[in-house]
Amino acid sequence: MNTLQNFSKGLIKENPVLVLVLGTCPTLATSTSVTNALGMGLAATVVLLCSNVVISALRKVIPDKVRIPCYIVLIAGFVTMVQMLVKAFAPALDAALGIYLPLIVVNCIILGRAEMFANKNKVFDSAVDALGMGAGFTLALALMATIREVFGNGTFMGLPIPVLADNHISILTMAPGGFFVFGLLIAAVNKFSANKPKKQEFGCAGCPSAEICGKACLNNGEEAAVND
Amino acid sequence: MTKLIIILLSAVFINNYVLSRFLGICPFLGVSKKLDSATGMSLAVIFVMLMATAATWPIQTYLLDPNGLGYLQTIVFILVIAALVQLVEIVLKRYIPSLHKSLGVYLPLITTNCAVLGVTILNIDEGYTFIEAMVNSLGSGLGFFLAMVMFSGVRSKLEGTDVPKNFKGLPITLVAAAITSLSFLGFGGVIENLFA
Repeated sequence: MNTLQNFSKGLIKENPVLVLVLGTCPTLATSTSVTNALGMGLAATVVLLCSNVVISALRKVIPDKVRIPCYIVLIAGFVTMVQMLVKAFAPALDAALGIYLPLIVVNCIILGRAEMFANKNKVFDSAVDALGMGAGFTLALALMATIREVFGNGTFMGLPIPVLADNHISILTMAPGGFFVFGLLIAAVNKFSANKPKKQEFGCAGCPSAEICGKACLNNGEEAAVND
Repeated sequence: MTKLIIILLSAVFINNYVLSRFLGICPFLGVSKKLDSATGMSLAVIFVMLMATAATWPIQTYLLDPNGLGYLQTIVFILVIAALVQLVEIVLKRYIPSLHKSLGVYLPLITTNCAVLGVTILNIDEGYTFIEAMVNSLGSGLGFFLAMVMFSGVRSKLEGTDVPKNFKGLPITLVAAAITSLSFLGFGGVIENLFA
């Protein structure tokens, strides 16, 4: 796989939000306005880039058995750094993102890329993968935020849009709107990737606990669809 | 006392973790297919939320804050939660095997659940006292339970319906979640006025 493919797969083919369905919590929560979405995307991308590079560089040092705790500590360290930088230089964004900034630690995309890509590939490839995935995450967030902000609030990045500003559908910026727009976007993705029929269940592929999760469901007589 | 009741009820209904704060969406969509797995998962979440708050609140208040180490919050909390979950699992397995049998499989999943880390951080951010923090965690856990159980009911109805091809699976589940979440909007303002 060449570098360009490695980068671009995160944008469309393996878009972390819309195709792999990872990191749903921040996607739903911070897509109320385009500015927040871009801030969240950027913060997560920085953490993803740092963690992928460091984990890839240390892939031969970290013992296999304790790799998940090691990854979590590394990621938590980078999240703390990003959190302090945002607090210092963009206090407004810090207030808007609130709890979701420290919660980047448990964002499945970051742990998922560490587990699926960075611990098997060279540093440069991992960095490119992180940039691609980060860009895909930001793009999906921005797309969702654009729909929710333009139709829900009648503004785009805070600038009012002539007709929509007086006729906005406020429910879209509230919690139910998040679920609804996300559902519609995934349905649209299904529609346009219809040539490759893929059973789309909840994407746990990158989740470090996917294995246990599948077991949990199997034990309860549920089909292992969650784990697909 | 009134304040505690307000905290509890708001955590369950108004600031519901899943349906209005978007925390813990992964288990909400992943494990809500069947009622018994939804119940097991949510009971485990309530349990771990209470344990995690009982552990992290004193750490933040008596260890990190007096030493000016407040910025280590994220790292310390995630490690404490991860270690705690392991510990709880070992203890349950040894001493209460029946409880381990029903909750055990869900415990490891909870380590990377954002609802648990979220509740511990929010307790500190809101400046709650220890009792208030515990009540808030209980309320958040109960809110998660309520959402999971309600939604597993909705999903069992979805299983048998004929939905458009592109909406099959996750999209229709999300649309159903939107409607469930809509019903919770109705609680807005109720709790504050209840005691006014």
